[in-house]
Amino acid sequence: MSTPEHGLAPADPTDSAAAGRLHASSPRLVICEHCDTVHRGHALAPGEAMRCVRCDALLARYHVLNADGMLALVLTALIVFLIANVWPVVTLGLGSQQSSTTLWGTIVMMWEQGAQLVAVVAAATLFFFPLNKMLMLGWVLFFAREGRRAPGFASIMKTLYYLQPWTMSEVFVLGAIVSIVKARAYFDVQPDPGIWAYGVLMLLITVFSGIDLRSLWDVTEDA
Amino acid sequence: MTAPRAQELGIIGCHVCGLVCRAPASDDAACPRCGAALHRRRRNSIARTWALLVAAFILYIPANVLPIMRTVSLGDVDDNTIISGVVELWIKGSPSLAVIVFTASIVVPMTKFLVLGTLLASTQRHSRWALRQRARLYRAVEFIGYWSMLDVFVVALLTALVRFGFLSQVEPLPGVVFFGLTVVLTMFASMSFDPRLMWDLSDDD
Repeated sequence: MSTPEHGLAPADPTDSAAAGRLHASSPRLVICEHCDTVHRGHALAPGEAMRCVRCDALLARYHVLNADGMLALVLTALIVFLIANVWPVVTLGLGSQQSSTTLWGTIVMMWEQGAQLVAVVAAATLFFFPLNKMLMLGWVLFFAREGRRAPGFASIMKTLYYLQPWTMSEVFVLGAIVSIVKARAYFDVQPDPGIWAYGVLMLLITVFSGIDLRSLWDVTEDA
Repeated sequence: MTAPRAQELGIIGCHVCGLVCRAPASDDAACPRCGAALHRRRRNSIARTWALLVAAFILYIPANVLPIMRTVSLGDVDDNTIISGVVELWIKGSPSLAVIVFTASIVVPMTKFLVLGTLLASTQRHSRWALRQRARLYRAVEFIGYWSMLDVFVVALLTALVRFGFLSQVEPLPGVVFFGLTVVLTMFASMSFDPRLMWDLSDDD
């Protein structure tokens, strides 16, 4: 290594092993993604957040949860997600007739009614992306508990990064509430277990959204 | 302002894993830690964002003009647009939810068009005007963007729920597809904008 003193990783794959070690042992630099300003990173105290001096963007926040805690949260979310998808969300009644739906019932119905594009977007953002996100996170965290990187760690972390903005379960919950109110004018409306499970899922997602997954790169090492 | 910028120090941060690297000489370098492509700035950010934003705006017109949902009950056909749905919710259901739907379907997309358009234009003109506020606006737009999908999910749920044959039936109409596309495109637009470009000002700007 020609310039070990500043502790930067060279963007040259042949040096990557040395770069990894160097990076871990030197004071960490944090670059603001919103304005490119360089900060010196430091350990955060409980409740502390680090903001960019130039553009005020959030750079890092203290987290109570370690890998164990996060794994517990992901497993809880997975169970709640299954409940939310198996049970119907709402049941409508009109006279003696009843009609209820699950998330998948909704997706299939949109497909059959000629709104295939909406069906695909809904299936992706409400089912496949959230499910994959939880499974991949669970896999990565399971290994991170012992400070190890799971098989496929790099590509999983990259996929998680790109999936990030495309999960919309929270919006679906609000959509269900609006639908209930709209339907209430004409039908007997009865909320089903699915909607409660979605509500809990919404809370779990909110807790998770505050966690910076990049820290997993710093707390793990290649096995 | 004295804080150094990565560009001046000849370093670059990986946008996926956050690793700080020495800026590579070539254009197609990859992050040594996670393998993601290293870019000093997002490629063709301004042109790409404009293109996506204009496309989203064009689709937003049929999304509002065309009805998004049809209600058929006892042979009575009633087509609703986004706005007439909000009005109906206000009158028959709950005004507070009407405000939420109005915000998600009209205010948020319009705000996105206006804010991203302003950010693009001011960045192209190397404007120093209200930089910190503009940075904050961009973060707000990124944060609220996907809530616009609300009305799409409402139509989907009502279509699946209201299935009482001749008595009552709900069907989706083309407006909802245009609206869903608008939301997806505005999300891509705000992702392709590179806020660092706002701060890339030389001394003679």
